[in-house]
Formats: sequence, C-alpha cells, structure tokens
Amino acid sequence: MTDTAVHATPAAAKPAGNSMLRHARYVVAENPVTGLSFGLFLLIALCAVIGPYLVPYDPLASGPAPLSPPSWQHWFGTDQTGRDIFSRVVVATRLDVIIALFSVALVFAMGGLAGIAAGYFGGWTDRIVSRVADTIMAFPLFVLAMGIVAALGNTVTNIILATAIINFPLYARVARAEANVRRDAGFVQAARLSGNGEFRILLTQILPNIMPIMMVQISLTMGYAILNAAGLSFIGLGVKPPTPEWGIMVAEGAANIISGEWWIALFPGAALMIAVFCFNLLGDGLRDLVDPQRRT
Amino acid sequence: MTRSGMRRREFLKSATALVAASAFSTPAIWGAAAQSRKETLLLVTENGPNNLDIHGVGTNRPGYEASWNCYDRLITHGKKTLADGSTSYDRDKFEPELAEDMNIGDMAVTFKLKKGAKFQDGAPVTAKDVKWSFDRAVSVGGFPTVQMKAGSLVNKEQFVAVDDATFRVDFVKKDRLTIPDLAVIVPGVYNSELLKSKATEKDPWALEYTKSNTAGSGAFKVTSWKPGVETVYERNDAWLGGKLPELKKVIWRTIPSAGNRRALMERGDADISFDLPAKDFAEMRKEGKLKMISNPIGNGMYSLELNVVKPPFNNEKVRQAVAYALPYEKIVADAMFGIANPLFGGPSNDVTSINWPQPTGYKTDMAKAKALMAESGAGPIDTTISFDLGDGVNSEPIAVLIQESLAEIGIKTTINKVPGSNWRSEMAKKSMPMMVNFFSGWLDYPEYFFFWCYSGQNAIFNTPSYVNKDMDAFIDGARAAAAVKDTGKYETDVKGFISKAYHEVPRVPMFQPYLNVAMQKNISGYSYWFHRQVDYRSIIKA
Amino acid sequence: MLATLGKRLLTVIPTLIGVIIVTFLLTRVLPGDPAIYFAGPAATPDSIAQIRKQLGLDRPKVEQFVHYVSDLAHGNLGNSLSTGQPVVKEITSRLPASAELTLTGLIISLLIAVPLGILAAVRQGSWIDHMCRIVATAGVSLPVFFTGLLLVYLFYFKLGWAPAPIGRLDAFSTAPPQITGFYLIDSLVTGNFDTFLTAAGQLILPALTLAVFSLAPIARMTRASMLAVLASDFVRTARASGLTDRTVILTYAFRNAMLPVVTTLGMVFSFLLGANVLVEKVFAWPGIGSYAVEALIASDFAPVQGFVLAMAVLYVVLNLAIDILYGIIDPRVRLEG
Repeated sequence: MTDTAVHATPAAAKPAGNSMLRHARYVVAENPVTGLSFGLFLLIALCAVIGPYLVPYDPLASGPAPLSPPSWQHWFGTDQTGRDIFSRVVVATRLDVIIALFSVALVFAMGGLAGIAAGYFGGWTDRIVSRVADTIMAFPLFVLAMGIVAALGNTVTNIILATAIINFPLYARVARAEANVRRDAGFVQAARLSGNGEFRILLTQILPNIMPIMMVQISLTMGYAILNAAGLSFIGLGVKPPTPEWGIMVAEGAANIISGEWWIALFPGAALMIAVFCFNLLGDGLRDLVDPQRRT
Repeated sequence: MTRSGMRRREFLKSATALVAASAFSTPAIWGAAAQSRKETLLLVTENGPNNLDIHGVGTNRPGYEASWNCYDRLITHGKKTLADGSTSYDRDKFEPELAEDMNIGDMAVTFKLKKGAKFQDGAPVTAKDVKWSFDRAVSVGGFPTVQMKAGSLVNKEQFVAVDDATFRVDFVKKDRLTIPDLAVIVPGVYNSELLKSKATEKDPWALEYTKSNTAGSGAFKVTSWKPGVETVYERNDAWLGGKLPELKKVIWRTIPSAGNRRALMERGDADISFDLPAKDFAEMRKEGKLKMISNPIGNGMYSLELNVVKPPFNNEKVRQAVAYALPYEKIVADAMFGIANPLFGGPSNDVTSINWPQPTGYKTDMAKAKALMAESGAGPIDTTISFDLGDGVNSEPIAVLIQESLAEIGIKTTINKVPGSNWRSEMAKKSMPMMVNFFSGWLDYPEYFFFWCYSGQNAIFNTPSYVNKDMDAFIDGARAAAAVKDTGKYETDVKGFISKAYHEVPRVPMFQPYLNVAMQKNISGYSYWFHRQVDYRSIIKA
Repeated sequence: MLATLGKRLLTVIPTLIGVIIVTFLLTRVLPGDPAIYFAGPAATPDSIAQIRKQLGLDRPKVEQFVHYVSDLAHGNLGNSLSTGQPVVKEITSRLPASAELTLTGLIISLLIAVPLGILAAVRQGSWIDHMCRIVATAGVSLPVFFTGLLLVYLFYFKLGWAPAPIGRLDAFSTAPPQITGFYLIDSLVTGNFDTFLTAAGQLILPALTLAVFSLAPIARMTRASMLAVLASDFVRTARASGLTDRTVILTYAFRNAMLPVVTTLGMVFSFLLGANVLVEKVFAWPGIGSYAVEALIASDFAPVQGFVLAMAVLYVVLNLAIDILYGIIDPRVRLEG
C-alpha cells in the first residue's frame, strides 16, 4: 500500500496524562463514530469479564421450551435444545474476545518481531521473512486456515494458531516497512553510539515506535479473527459443541432462517457484527488518535 | 362489422387469452414448453453421486441410486401399501425384472431371461452377461463383494450360464438370504461385451468406464454427469424390466444448503426434496403446502455405542447405568421433532416377539442409573462422545442432550465431531469409547443386523467390538434355522439374541428414524425401498 | 521493463516452491485415511491394504513427494479420489465459474464503493462521510455466509425477486457453448439472450454477497487516496485556475487517486477468492471453492493441492499484472523500475 507521507522522524514522545486525555477527547468529539466505538468496546469488555456471572440461565443447560421466540422469560428466545440464547450470546463474548485477543497477540509476537528484524537487519533475515510471508500470502487464506484446523484438530488453540498464521504476512510486512524506515534514524544512531546492542535497539527503540501503527492493524485483526472462527464453524471446523461462540451459533441458526426461527441466528449474528464493527471503527479511532495524517 | 365491434371482439379475445394464460401459473423457472416439463422431474438432495457404478471403489450412497435406476437385476421386489397410504417395497414378494421365470431348487436357483431384453446400446442381454456381472460383483472387493457374501454368493463357480437365456446360481450352503440378496442393487446386469472392450490390463472389469457411463439395460441412462453439480437421466424407451416409466427425463441437482432446498420446494421450483431433516419435515408437514411422505427405516436404529473392550465401558453395570440415564423422550422430541419410533420403554429386556427393531426395557430413570453406577465400582469417568460430522443435523443435538444427562451420573464427556472421511477410519480403528451412530441393513431380517453388529467376526459395524460365544451361537442358530425354515428354533434364537443384546447393552438403542421426502402435490408413485434411495421408475408427474 | 519482469519472476519461484512443499505436507498431515474411506463400508483389513496400495499411499512420504513433483512437471495434478476425474480437468472447468462470480462481485463493489469513497472524501467530515464509513464497515462485519443466507431469505424466499439459488443456471437451461467459460460473455457472443438473462439472474445474489464484503476496503482506500490527492498542490492549483469542481475532482484528482485503489483491488481480489468458498457453499455454485472444501473434508489430497497451486499461480500472475498496470498508469514508477 502506498504511504501518503513517509515518516523519517519518530513519533513525538507523548507527554503523559492531561495532554493525552485532552487529545483523546478532541478526537472523540470530532468524530462521534469513534466515540461510539469506544463505548461499544467498553460494553463488550464488560460482557466478557462479568457477563457469565450475571446471565439468567446456564448457557449449556437444555430447557423445556425449544425453539421459542423472544419473550419475557427468554429475551432472545431459545434454540433447538431449549437453551437460552441471551445467556449464550453474553457468555460467548468471553470466548470470542479471547480468540480475538490471543490471535492478535500471537501474530503480533510472531509477525511483528519477524518483521522488524527483517526491516532492521536486512540481508538474509529480510529475504527469509519475506519469502515466508509471500508463501503464506500465496495461499487462499481461508482455505489455509481450514487446512490447518482440519489437520491439527478443531480446538480453540488451533483456531487461534490458524488465524495467527494467515495474518502473519500482513504484520510482517507492515513491521518491516516501518523498521526499514527508522533503521538509520537519528535516535537509532544515537542509541547505537551509546553502545546498545542491536537486539536491545530493536526492542527498546524500534518496537515502541512502530506500536502506534500496529495498534490500528491489531484492532482490525481482532475483528477478522472472530469472522474467521465463524467461517470455520460454518464448514464444521469451528469450536466443539455445546460451547457457546457467536460464529457457531450463527452457523447453527443459519438453517433455521428459512423455517422462520430468525432469532437463533440473528442475535449472535448481531452481536458478532457489533463486535467486529466496533473493532474496525476502533482501529480508525486509534489511528486518528495516534497518527492523524494517515486517516482513511 | 363495424370497427368498434371488431375492436371489442379483439379485446375480448385477447382478454380471455390473458385470463386463460394466467390461470396456468407455471413457476418462474419454467419457460415455454410446459409439456416437456411434465415429463421431467427435478430432484434436489444434499449430495450427489461420486460414481455411477455401485461396484466402483468408494461409491457413495447417491451413487447407488444411479445404479439402481440404470441397471436391471434378475428379480425385484413387489410393492405393498402401508397403513398411512404410502407405498413401500414388499420384503417377502419377489417379481421378475430381467428374468421372467425363477425356479428355486434344493441347492440352486434357475432363471429364464426375458426374450428380447436389450442393453441400452442395442446389444441383447444374454446369460453370459449375467455371469460376467455376477463374477464382477464377487471380484471387485470392497462393499459389493461383502454384500454378495451376506447372501452366501461368494465364488464365481456358483454362477453358471446354462445357455443364452438360462442362468443358474448354485448354493454353497442353504441360506435364507440368498434370494433376497439377488434383488439388491449389487448384482446388477452389465453389458459385458461393451465393458470387455473398455477393459485394460490394470482395469479388467472396466471400473473406470462405468464410473461415468451407464452400461446397463435399465429404465434410465445417464446422459450427463457433472460430479457435485447435477446428474441428468433419460428414459430407455426399450425397457422390458417392468412397466415403462412415465418420466422421460430426470434432473438431479446437488444443493448443499438444507434451507435452500426447502425454499426451492416451498416456492415450487423443485419437484422432490429427498431425505429431509426431521425438523424441516415436521414444519413443512404442518404447513400443508406439499405432499410429505415419511417411512420408518427398516432394520435401522440410532444407538449410543459403547466400546466394551476398553474401560470404562467394559463394565456391564456402567453400560446399564448409561442405558437408564439417557434422556430418551427429550431426544425424540427435541432432536428428532417427534419423527422417530422410540426404541425404549418396553415392558422388559427379555423380549417376547421377533419384531425388529423393538423397544428395550430401559427408560430414563436417574435414580436407577446412579444406583448402578455405585454398584459398578467405577469412579467418576471422563470420556468423549463422538459422531459423524456428516450426520451432525441429528447427531449433534442428541450428543448434547446425552452429555448433559451423563454429567448427572458422574460421567463427564467432551463432544468430538469427526469429519466424514475420518469417521470410517475411526470406526475401523475401533478406538472411540462412545459414539452416536446409525446402522441399517438392506436385508430386513434381525439375524442380518446382528450378523453385522454383534457377531464375532467383529466387522467394522460392530463398533462396540462385542465378541461373545453365546451370542454367536444364537445368531448362527437363527441363520441355520431360517435356511431350513425351522420357525420354532428361529424364534427361540432370535428372541435369545435380542434379549442378550438388551441385557448386556453394548449399544443402547434409542430410536428408529424415518426417511422423509417432500414433493409437490402433483407427484405420485413414490415408493420406499430398502436401499433408501429414490426409484424413478414408478414416479408420475401429473 | 522486461528486466524488471524477469527479476520479479525469479523471486516468484521460491514462493511457488514453498507453496508446493507446504501443501503437500499439509494434505499428508490431514487426519483420515483415504484408503479406509474408499474401501467403503464393511471394509476388511485386506481390502483396505489393497486400496492403499492401489492409491500409492503405502510408499514412504519422500517417494510420494518426488512422484508428485514429477507429475506436476508433466502438468498432471492427479485424480480426485471422490469424483475420479483428473484434477486439471475439474479445475479448468470450475475456475471460470468462480472467476465470473468474483469478477462480477468486484465490479458491483467498485460501482458502489468508488463513488461512495469519492463522495466521502469530497464532503469530508459530513454525515455522508460517516455514513460511508458505517455502511462500508457494516458490510465487512458480518460473516459472509450469513450475508448470503440473509439475501437468499429476503430476495428469493420472501420477495421472490431473485431466482432459486441452485447454481449458475436454472434447471432447464443448458450452458452456452464454451468459449471463455464465462456464461455471461459466452451467451452474449453466441446470441443466446435467454441464457444470458438466466445466467445473470443466478449471478446476482452471490455476486452481491461478495460485493457487500469487499465494499469496505475499496471505499476506504478511495476515500483516503482522494483525500490525500485533494490536499495536494496540483489540485490546489487547478482549483485556483478556476476549473469547475467537477473537472477538478473527476479529471485531475480521481485519476491520480486511482493508483492505490488498483493495488487494493489486487489484494481484495485474492481475498475474495478465499471468501468464495463460503459463498459457493451457500449458493450451490459449482466453482473451485466448493470443490476444494469438499475435497478437504474428504481428505482427498489431489484436488486440494491442485486448488492451492492454481490459486497461488493466479495470485502471482495477478500481482505481476498489477505491477505492470501500475507502471503504465504512473510514469514515475516506471522510471524508477
């Protein structure tokens, strides 16, 4: 992707506290959509952390009234074995957020580090990392994820692993580009002169400076990780039942759309959409916050 | 005639024409040529054939349907009408198909082939073709050979072409299943001259050719086959195997999404949707817009199968505890929407009739289950419950409900969805401790089911790996008694093996499922067959 | 120019080698023994061993790999175990179906996303801008199969506007004579107007599903790119010279803004080829996506390998084409290259 403005200077060190908050408030005020996404993010985090303790029904318990529409007893209705969909949707938040977070953490660790090493050191490191990234990118990514999960077994761990692998090239590339640009920057040369080892420079100078750019990518990937898990569930390679997870609930409810039981797929689908939506907009907001010149 | 008069006449003519045209509201996808639509059937299912020949390697069940309709057998079954008005094949009535005469001797059966019977390429059908076809069936290995063996059809020497129009099968032993086995899909009659010309050294039976071409004398031939998309059949107007079908053309489309298949039916864009999930069937039946037919699957049952060779289920009391802990009613109501015959809650595990399948004496009784668990001496158990992903529509809710109930008696389970290709492997390895599984046998006799599922040969279908001398004695005794028509001994042995199976419960029967079909109201002539596929030959589109 | 092309091709080779190796490994690691699968029900250990020998699976992995590579060199991608057809034949017959669907989806997406992006850029900060962002993001926030099913439910089942989702043509039309494999083009070229209408009708819903999914990246990129260009000097000059808004936006700004959009298109196209898989499953579309998925579930190696290889080659060719296109559109790039 082309950059509209290439940074040769590091992002200015942010004065702590007040100024940051003021800047944040300014950004949110200017763009209400960003504010909305921050709010949603808080709601999602809340659901993930304390949701399971507050839900009215056990998300795994079958009930006496299968396939009943939304009502006062069951706000989102019940599914085929009588489980309460509202409870399941709320409890699923935790699993989906975990999938998103861990996928992203893993890919950041793998791709980010590999990328900055490639960009900073160049030479063979660069060649190897680039080739690996290219090889992965040449695969149709969803099929690669399917293959990995089919080969290793459909557990949450493998879904996270598969998502991380298919996002590796993107992170590696972005990190590489950023590290490359900063390789000979003034502050890096200064650090070198003060006797810092190369790896130390990598971790303490380069990494923190590319964080802002990566943050944006991270939030986008979080949304993508959840969608990926949903797609895998549709094929039958997602999480194991009866685990509540938005994607598998949508996949299971998809068949019921035609028969008129719209609530089984709609509510988890809406939750999924809101979460992904929120992460995407969050990415935009973070970008505005951190680096307004790159706004899209 | 005045001008206005003419105008009025034209207007009336065109108006009536318009009204007349709109009265015949043909569905959107039918363009012109409504006449040919009447003789063409559009059938939709989830999967299509991967091979048009049942003798082929790894042919799937839709492939059996192609073989059934495009090849003839020597004999076939007659039909009977069931209590609900639907038609089914009659297990005990045989009718001529390619053979016009059947003479059952003491150790052989002789057939006279119909005069003038021809293959679809015009070549005459002779006993040489029948022998070649039977030889092929017992030689290709895999499922076809095993199926032939089930009726004691094992050696090529048994098949004798006496002359061009006479064919004889010699018995190696008396077996009640030999004649019925001649009416199943496997011993179809193939065009041996044509296929011999297509054979190669590596492929002496021309399996490559018959994979994508039909070389039979049957009522239909496949004129176009796009694997995974559609199969198109056209009628063989020279068919002599029975009454000529009314349909001239059958288009069979693969539509993976059940919801889409249902939508197609409800909008009138497809004629038959075959093998519907129970849920769709129950709802569509309530709506009443289509003709819904449902038949219990003969000699078939869904059961929870437990590996009796390894702990924890090698302990009989644990198995019995499980049998008392299953939420049977909920399974039938929630997972199968009531469209299943319960196989639980009978008077006792000592059965008094030879009906098969029939209910066990188990019912949901958590107190009894917990007591049995305590008696068994097994502590808390941690295991997996597996099922075939391809059957997930039924198996998944069943597994979830079972998981919940077993947790109450101290058996913790994780659910293991096994993709279709691995399912066979896993079954062959016999490593799964507990699985939700379905089995049904083509030959509707209890000893047939037990032969595959409970006998010491430990076939792949004997998933519990149950091997027991006394059980084998009952099964062999029943088969021998049936061969010599000793009904007294037969009944004793059948009741013996059923009762033993229910007491020792290596598999816990749950219910007998139904085969569900939806069709437009103008379709008739559908008949249930033991092979659970569609026979196009009797279908009429009004 | 040729030199750059040659150099680029060289870098492609290690990638392709990597793809071949990884695919081979992956398919061999897939659980499920095809031999047991194809031995059919009631398989005995003997028949399984026989089939395994028949399929060549009893040889050591290295030997199988060598065999595979030499087959590849002869253009033989093997046979699919489940359909028995040569993989090359099936891929070449199914590829046009997927390509037609993806391209149509992309075109629809472009027709909506680009104007939206331009509008959002021109009226930055207004409610149109926010609307653009919300609409685009919403489209990409739903799982693609869910969008597909919703569209089927709404437009076919409830409203009856769209035809039945049974594939590329309705049950009673026959395919037009094979020229490109694209039914729309073939039917027009040979004058089968009825077939054209049917094919177009069947294509709308699945293409729309894909379009909804690819709106976001294209709209965003257009917007970002336009914003950057609109703030640039030459645009300011153009405005200052008194040219109408329309001329400035369309003739000057847009042309310059299209470059990054073209790159994004390449990325989106290859991404769509992957998302295809789910759409094809929902709409019973006989493309390579559904082909690969069925093969994967059946542990059928050859089609999966063939599919991945085909996609990899396509991806590489596409990137090369985009780079060349870039060079043509933007002389600056050419000079550096």
